[in-house]
Amino acid sequence: MSRVRTRIAAISLAGLTAFSLAACSAPTDESTSSSNAGSGSGAAGGKDAKSATSAADMGGMDKLVAAAKKEGALNVIALPPDWANYKEILEGFQKKYPEIKITSAQPDASSADEIAAAKRLKGQKTAPDVFDLGTAVALANTSMFAPYKVEKFDKIPAANKEATGLWVNDYAGLMTVGYDSAKVPAPTSLADLAKPEYKGKVALNGDPTKAGAAFVAVQMVSVNEGGAVDDPAKGIEYFKKLKSAGNFLPIDPTPATIESGQTPVVFDWSYNQTAIPAKVKTWELWSPPKALKTFYNQAVNKDAPHPAAARLFQEYLFSPEGQNAWLKGGATPVLMDAMTADGTIDKTAAAALPKAEDVTIPTPDQTDKAKGILATAWPKAMG
Amino acid sequence: MAEGDGLSRFMAQRSTSGRARGGRRPSGALLGVAPFFVYTTVFLIIPTLVVVVGAFFTPQGRPTTAYVQTLTEPVFLEALKKSVLLSFYSAVIAGVVGGLLAYAISTAKPNGLLKRFVTSLSGVLAQFGGVALAFAFIASFGFTGLLTTWLGKAGLDLSGSLWLYEWDKGLLLVYLYFQIPLMVIVFLPAVEGIRSQWREATETLGGTTWTFWRKVGLPILAPSFAGALLLLFTNAFSAYATAAALITQASPLVPQQIASTFSSEVLLGQENVGKAMALAMVVVVAIAMAIYALIDRRASKWLQR
Repeated sequence: MSRVRTRIAAISLAGLTAFSLAACSAPTDESTSSSNAGSGSGAAGGKDAKSATSAADMGGMDKLVAAAKKEGALNVIALPPDWANYKEILEGFQKKYPEIKITSAQPDASSADEIAAAKRLKGQKTAPDVFDLGTAVALANTSMFAPYKVEKFDKIPAANKEATGLWVNDYAGLMTVGYDSAKVPAPTSLADLAKPEYKGKVALNGDPTKAGAAFVAVQMVSVNEGGAVDDPAKGIEYFKKLKSAGNFLPIDPTPATIESGQTPVVFDWSYNQTAIPAKVKTWELWSPPKALKTFYNQAVNKDAPHPAAARLFQEYLFSPEGQNAWLKGGATPVLMDAMTADGTIDKTAAAALPKAEDVTIPTPDQTDKAKGILATAWPKAMG
Repeated sequence: MAEGDGLSRFMAQRSTSGRARGGRRPSGALLGVAPFFVYTTVFLIIPTLVVVVGAFFTPQGRPTTAYVQTLTEPVFLEALKKSVLLSFYSAVIAGVVGGLLAYAISTAKPNGLLKRFVTSLSGVLAQFGGVALAFAFIASFGFTGLLTTWLGKAGLDLSGSLWLYEWDKGLLLVYLYFQIPLMVIVFLPAVEGIRSQWREATETLGGTTWTFWRKVGLPILAPSFAGALLLLFTNAFSAYATAAALITQASPLVPQQIASTFSSEVLLGQENVGKAMALAMVVVVAIAMAIYALIDRRASKWLQR
């Protein structure tokens, strides 16, 4: 769930060295020999897939599909099946294009790990083809992306994309508080969570100095506690109070810890929580009055070993199928408004989306400023 | 006899033996140690260079001391303090407990069942670290752990207690789980080296058990004990996976902080700060190893007499 859980398994102290970093690369069973079609090829008319900035460049969707099938493989990284319904998305793509074998590496890696893996595996056919990144990591690494505009590019609001298509917002989540109503009373305010009923029960999805989700949770609390998006001090103060009350749980929540009852209250993205009631019937979501919403970003690796498949995957993600899959997972897809207008939206899933009145979307500047403060204040308060 | 004589004679011997065997010996010998040199180059020298270069140069290749300067920040110093204290406490406790255990085993029948059982068990447990160990403790002592549940039924409610996830309580306990068996393994040969004749000699001369330990046993064991403590210290200091699996919401220890400089998606561009932290760890371990080498030299001199 938290994509940062993984350092545990993947990186040992020795992982500092260039050598062992190379050792924790993805499983490399690329079965099909056609994957040798590899980089640069796949031109089935029109432009070469590696430099194509749209399906039209390749000579239309059909040509793109043909080129992708010829490559026969797609490498994705850091896509946990239980994150924003990625399980359904990957299965859907696989079903639609059975000729393209998906290799999903390091599902629990962080956004920073995605970039590191792409650098490390550059030029190899196991390198990731596409990225799903937090905004900070995306903005810092635009030089690694290939510009690509999906067919629906014009429908994406200008604020949600880089003009040339280097990166595009893909889906957003609301920072919410999930809780097991069988174990704890329903919270009505953030102050409630500091009460004795919640002793040892409140968890944050990750360490805010490492995990994007936890970082936004601190920002969200700060906004509700009278602070600001760019000043997390109030949020830090709040969690410090929770800790000294013995309520703050130092466990990374996962679907498993939620199901086993170890983490009865969890601050996390709505899209990581909407699937939980299927397993824990008493799981409820609660949002403080001021909501915070942030997008993840989609990008194509400039050095993608399967450039056509990478582009085809983008087309799939921004097709009604892909967008509705995110929606079903409780995330707000970036084309939500456009699809509501043209009627391709999944109305049931849209109605089930967590509601929020007063929504703030932090700007990169606000986020940067908040990070600067959090980096030193959080370990001091919580260490 | 002057020392110089011995030295020159030694040198002379060496040069004649070298000449006598001709030029073949060095090349053959080099071939034999080549794998060792390759190994140390790949797994020791190059990684160390990566760390040193990364700590003093920007990614663009300009020299800088900015990364090393971040080591003076309270966040890092606090982590270093905790790392050192945790390693020290776990080494001392494991040293005492494991040392007594090793002595107890050494007095058992040489090939008896007890001894064989404890030594092989120690061999297994000393390697039982990492995620599996952390999981075992979470399953036993976590909020919904087996022992927590049982104790709850017996009226002792620990379900809201967070001790397991604190570095100086839970982590210390978990570390002892592999440190004590390691102590047993490394210390057993030393206590087995104590000969019963020494004790008999003490008794013949009118000494008591206490005299024996004070004047003979403990002084002989002291260098090995100190060496074992240093080994335990570095073992705990460099341990990572166990701590990372158990404490996920903070980075109290240096190895965890290094990991987060590499994979944080919130604070970017910290990789070289991580390398500077690694350099600091190398320095601490180097100090420990230097002390170890000193003690070892003293101990081996002692044992020759």
